[in-house]
Amino acid sequence: MISRTSTSSIVQGLPKSRSFLAGNAAYDPAATFLIQRITATGGETSLTFSSIPSTYKALQIRGITRQTTNSGGSILYMQANGSSSNYARHMLYGTGSSAGASGASAQSSIHIASQTADGAINSSIFTGVIIDVQDYASTSKNKTVRAFYGTDSNGAFSNWVGLSSGLWVDTAAITSLTFTQYSGAFAAGSTFALYGFTGE
Amino acid sequence: MATSTEIAIATTTLGSSASSITFSSIPSSYTDLRLVFTYKGATTTCYYYARLNGTASQNVCGQTVLKGNGSTASSSRLTSSDLYFSNGNATTTIPFMEQVDFFNYAGSTYKTMLYQGSGDQNGSGEVRRGVALFPSTSAINSIAFYSSGDDFAAGTTMTLYGIL
Repeated sequence: MISRTSTSSIVQGLPKSRSFLAGNAAYDPAATFLIQRITATGGETSLTFSSIPSTYKALQIRGITRQTTNSGGSILYMQANGSSSNYARHMLYGTGSSAGASGASAQSSIHIASQTADGAINSSIFTGVIIDVQDYASTSKNKTVRAFYGTDSNGAFSNWVGLSSGLWVDTAAITSLTFTQYSGAFAAGSTFALYGFTGE
Repeated sequence: MATSTEIAIATTTLGSSASSITFSSIPSSYTDLRLVFTYKGATTTCYYYARLNGTASQNVCGQTVLKGNGSTASSSRLTSSDLYFSNGNATTTIPFMEQVDFFNYAGSTYKTMLYQGSGDQNGSGEVRRGVALFPSTSAINSIAFYSSGDDFAAGTTMTLYGIL
């Protein structure tokens, strides 16, 4: 039902003031939207968000990941638009005993996370990761990515927390994001959720 | 009007000092949880520890942390029945800011958390990023924070968000 009001009159059931500070219900502009969610059934060698709309200001991917096979700790990689070139990355990490840093350029993908959960540790343990991509839909900027991730296996193995930055030297709008691992497939239950921020 | 996928479930702002803050009866209808808070000590410095689902000794949690104190970067591990997200000592005037992300908190796997602590004390301080494991396949339905060293000061604010 649509009702018309004026600031000089009161209509039953509707507030007189248009100010959200005057006791009216807070306005939620819905700044965060869930775009897609992918959950591995087990055995997938890649997981892809495709047809990403260009209508948001930024993207965030939240996920839990695990590799099926034992690699002594896996690696999570990300590619944009199916491209396998023009990536770079830097990382700051802690192993539980020491802090370290690494970096590389001219890569075939962005190295998002190291020592992620795999067959070396308890099957109920997954790595947590949060990835941010700002201005992903820009057609004039190269794309910068940041990630925060970690795995604690309660002392068994793969105790690692890290911050990473990634670069895709390409001004194309990102329309797809693909995740792969160091070796093997995603374990069942590995899940990535893609969120869009409106920037309002 | 579209619905935001990050929703404030509960918020607490202490009107007076307290030794604990608890979020209970957390609904299982979200994918992840996010806790954001700032705290100060009531009369002196304080830090805190967290306890999930009220368990004090049933599950030994693991934590790996990366931290910097203004001159040195380091990393350490901790195993305990409680979770020590921050070892920073918030003073009575300088609050610490914390954020904890709980992944798949209602799922049937062990629970992984990422946490961020920031506290600059204008000459000293600490920044830390860590990962924690709660080795339980049960859904997280309560989160309790206990102060140590001193009570949480009035004005300490905690907000729990659910993320769809």
